[in-house]
Amino acid sequence: MPSPRVLVVRAPGTNCDEETAYAWQLAGARPEIWHIARVLDDPPALRQFQILTIPGGFSYGDDLGAGRVLATRLGQILAEGVRDLCERGGLVLGICNGFQVLVRSGLLPGDPRLGPATLARNDSGQFEDRWTRLRPTPGRTPFLTDDQPISMPAAHGEGKFLMSNSDALDRLESAGLAVLHYVDRDGQPTLDYPANPSGTSRGIAGICDPTGRILGLMPHPERNVLPWHDPGWTRRRSLPVAGAGLRLFRNAVQAFD
Amino acid sequence: MTNRLWHIRLDLEPEASDHEGQRVVREASELHLVGSWQVRASRGFLVEGVLSADVAQQLADTVLRDAVLERAIVIACGPNAAADPDEGWVHVLPKPGVTDPEGETARALLRDLGYAVEQVRTIRSYRIDGPADKLPELIRRVLVHDAVETCVVGPIRFERLGLGGSYRFQRIDVPLRGRSDAELMRISREGQLALSLDEMRAIQAHFDALGRDPTDCELETIAQTWSEHCSHKTLRGLIDFEGERIDNLLKSTIFAATQELGLDWLVSVFADNSGVVRFDEEHDVCFKVETHNHPSAIDPYGGANTGIGGVIRDPLGTGLGAKPICNTDVFCVAPPDTAPESLPPGVLPPRGVLRGVVAGVRDYGNRMGIPTVNGAVVVHPSYLANPLVFCGTVGVMPRGCAEKRVEPGDLIVAIGGRTGRDGIHGATFSSLELTSESDETSGGAVQIGNPIVEKMVLDVVLQARDRRLFRSITDCGAGGFSSAIGEMGAEVGAEVELDRAPLKYAGLSYTEIWISEAQERMVLAVPPESWEAFSALCAAEQVEATCLGRFIDSGRLTLRYQGEVVADLDMEFLHHGRPKVVRRAERPPRPTPAPVVFPERSEYNADLLGLLHDWNVASKEWIIRQYDHEVQARTVIKPLVGECEDGPGDAAVILPVRGSRRGLAIACGIHPRLGEIDAYAMAAHVIDEAIRNCVAVGADPDRIALLDNFCWGNPERASTLGSLVLAARACHDYALAFGTPFISGKDSLYNEFKVNEQSIAIPPTLLISALGQVPDVGRCVTMDLKEPGNLLILLGQTRGELGGSLWLEHLGQASAEVAPVDARSARTLYRVVHQAIAEGLIRACHDLSEGGLAVAVAEMAIAGRLGAHLTLDEGPLPDAVQLFAESPSRLLVEVRPGEVHRLLDWMKEAGVVARPIGRVSDPPERRLRIDGFAGRTRVDLSVDQLQSAWQRPVTDDSAG
Repeated sequence: MPSPRVLVVRAPGTNCDEETAYAWQLAGARPEIWHIARVLDDPPALRQFQILTIPGGFSYGDDLGAGRVLATRLGQILAEGVRDLCERGGLVLGICNGFQVLVRSGLLPGDPRLGPATLARNDSGQFEDRWTRLRPTPGRTPFLTDDQPISMPAAHGEGKFLMSNSDALDRLESAGLAVLHYVDRDGQPTLDYPANPSGTSRGIAGICDPTGRILGLMPHPERNVLPWHDPGWTRRRSLPVAGAGLRLFRNAVQAFD
Repeated sequence: MTNRLWHIRLDLEPEASDHEGQRVVREASELHLVGSWQVRASRGFLVEGVLSADVAQQLADTVLRDAVLERAIVIACGPNAAADPDEGWVHVLPKPGVTDPEGETARALLRDLGYAVEQVRTIRSYRIDGPADKLPELIRRVLVHDAVETCVVGPIRFERLGLGGSYRFQRIDVPLRGRSDAELMRISREGQLALSLDEMRAIQAHFDALGRDPTDCELETIAQTWSEHCSHKTLRGLIDFEGERIDNLLKSTIFAATQELGLDWLVSVFADNSGVVRFDEEHDVCFKVETHNHPSAIDPYGGANTGIGGVIRDPLGTGLGAKPICNTDVFCVAPPDTAPESLPPGVLPPRGVLRGVVAGVRDYGNRMGIPTVNGAVVVHPSYLANPLVFCGTVGVMPRGCAEKRVEPGDLIVAIGGRTGRDGIHGATFSSLELTSESDETSGGAVQIGNPIVEKMVLDVVLQARDRRLFRSITDCGAGGFSSAIGEMGAEVGAEVELDRAPLKYAGLSYTEIWISEAQERMVLAVPPESWEAFSALCAAEQVEATCLGRFIDSGRLTLRYQGEVVADLDMEFLHHGRPKVVRRAERPPRPTPAPVVFPERSEYNADLLGLLHDWNVASKEWIIRQYDHEVQARTVIKPLVGECEDGPGDAAVILPVRGSRRGLAIACGIHPRLGEIDAYAMAAHVIDEAIRNCVAVGADPDRIALLDNFCWGNPERASTLGSLVLAARACHDYALAFGTPFISGKDSLYNEFKVNEQSIAIPPTLLISALGQVPDVGRCVTMDLKEPGNLLILLGQTRGELGGSLWLEHLGQASAEVAPVDARSARTLYRVVHQAIAEGLIRACHDLSEGGLAVAVAEMAIAGRLGAHLTLDEGPLPDAVQLFAESPSRLLVEVRPGEVHRLLDWMKEAGVVARPIGRVSDPPERRLRIDGFAGRTRVDLSVDQLQSAWQRPVTDDSAG
């Protein structure tokens, strides 16, 4: 099968579209960046793509809450288009602001029995950019195929994943949907700042829907695709050929082999 | 049903964190508003429209409220709102006319969803328990941002969000003919025109000859164009200095050096909105740094916010447009722990100023998606009333896009934000001294930015550039349309229909439209045949584009409103009619030399810890983390480096072109303590420092371009101007000696504050920003210690002068002795270091600056979480001098034992002073030990101790 086509949707205020498309390209996919108006004008065009990505940024300035306006504007398109995409075996990735959009639109966690979720302001009360370590849970989504920790920067002010109560979180975890956790030096999910930069519940950094075809995460895998992206690279004697974040994109591309 | 105004208050659920409420309580305590405050804060919206209570509740619940964290309370506003749930609340909302991006977004979304909404404004509401007598002060100092916000206590009694009013057009002429000098000056002052008597006379004579009086709009246009801010009349004027008449100081020093260097990699210098240099075979890069000092003194958040927003438009408005790829910011403030009681009237607390300017840069830069990668914070008491805010932006563009040219017949097209009353008189305001009443008289000069609009403009401009849909572009900065169109049309002529400009609200006069400094606007020259494609592109990107008129071959600037001519100026007079300013300058008195009295000490642990705790040296991590310094995924040497990513890097390195390993290093140098002693020496030191910082990470010293930003006091004082002349001469001399051309610059004068008839001036402050090129980022190094057992080598000559050093200041002493910069040997050193870095011989490299060797090695130890052991020279310099002197052109490098000889041989061959001075502790022991004369231990501290002194939170009040 030829390499998958990826639609990267940008809206006013989206600002990680270019590097996200670049990461897909490095991973062997064929990305295209489309303005939201073009998507809204021609919803059936989504069918040309195998992967939909909503990249990071401040869509509509994060006014009314991060991701809220884009989620509202994409509304129906997201609901129908994504259902169709997933039924065709496609994938959806939301990074940072894109994750916020997927949560606000209800596509994540995507199980009505779990109730609503939100991404609240960080405990620090402010935007922070810092590198984090994530432990993936393999097997639940094609994006994650092993449990080796991945480093990547988190850069957001509203990344604290919350649900209505701890029962809902229990059910989310027991359903295996919390597939990315911030971990400490021992590789254990942590609530401690700064390893957990936002104070997010149980260290949850990313979740998938029950089908595993939709993944959203707060940190930025597209910012760790080159060997010199890692902040510690000047301390090492030898460097990997690519940054660890590229794995996530490669796994998705390989799912179409 | 009729129009109604609803307050939709979004109360947090009890278990949700109330960050805003906590901020209020914290700041009340910092401002010594003693009391037991309990504050709950709610965000909210005022929504005006044809909406029933049920519909208002529905839109609140489905669109505005967070489903997990908030409850929506819908309250009817108006004179007789009964049983009002807003009773006992304090509300804060933007003043009418102040940009409210979130309100605008909400309005657009609600309307698109089919709600009959007219207007939306954001509002914050506070439920406050605390001492009632202190509430007014809490409201004034903590809740309300007076320059842009207003406050309502208790229920909201108004029922309309009506903005603006009606405007009845009437052309206004200003009678100048026959007026006396005193009357001319009164007209200048009352109109906030900042025109001098000579200038007013020249205008009077010009219109006398025409046989008519100017219109208000013509007079404003001339005032904007001739302002210090736009025309730099002091530095481009005549200066009498020591028996010599200098004609155009900038041209004879800074430009002249660039010309004399005659380098083939310069593309466009001092000609456009930023300076452009060649990057690789296919790309050019450009860089501009601006100041936004006066607005930031009154409204730190808004001032810095629009400061960064404005400088981003500079690369975007350079040539045919460059893509902004990183930002820089430098702040000069008074000590954050200044007691609030000691502030003169009208002066904001420095801690609040610093937090405000950081937040302003953060919110604009992050939303634009431009990484903020380099900066500095300088702390000095003289910045109390006049903080400095420098913002810079680097851009990249394909080669061949650096030239622009307006052709007669091109359409004048404005894109981006709408025009409102924002920032009227910003250009003339920044050419005046601040006074304790400035925040009242100049409220209109303060603006709030809307970064998303600017991001949309950016998206459009770059696509239009690649399709060659326009011929020229510039940004609307100070002076608004007046400056932008006036400058673009200077060589041809322009006709503008002012009533075509889209307005934020009705009621603006034609003159207000013309000089408004509303943000996020750019002006383009679009050939008529491209207009259709251009406007289609703008429509697709949801950016408003309006054709305001056209450039014509008339040599005149002609403005019409509703068909009537309201201004008709000769371009020649407008741009060349200003009488040259003649100012007198004199060499400022040098401080009286005083011998340094060395303290009797056996060790210097406390000295070092005190220096690390100094605001100038202490960690800036709390600022840097708030900036997205990695968006665009270009940042390969981050501003924070080392084992725990918290060490102070010398320069950041970014990758402008995807797929290439060629990088850009961005750094700066600034040192106002030297400016107080000797402005020439200061300029030499900061040029050296900016270059050194670039070289320390791996930049090629023969490919570094510089920018100057002069911030000085009132140039009408001869000694103030004299120090500026000396600094400019140093820029000339050292640019030549280092082979580092200046490519752009900006000055900001009149940085003084008048309180009780006394002027407080800032120290002469020159910021040098450097844009270095790195042939292969894979060879870059960082400043953190890397491996136990490696050797540490001090490069460059340590000298005995201590004038301007931080250590001397901590001792409470002053000295007029400043080490000169020997550019010839420094240049040799930097070339060898560059070669050694490129060959991989150097594991870590750090520049020696404030606090000298001791602080530099301490920072390297903290960053690497490794110890070090140094041994000082046995004379002739005292140990304290070796530890703390700030002699220029020095670097401390870490080298593997096996490679030391090779490095030392290179250094010897080049004639560079290089001395092995110690090693990284082996076995790894996290202590810094420095031995001095006769083997005495001068410093012995654990890395943890160093770190805790250095990581000083901004809330800290301890002296160290």
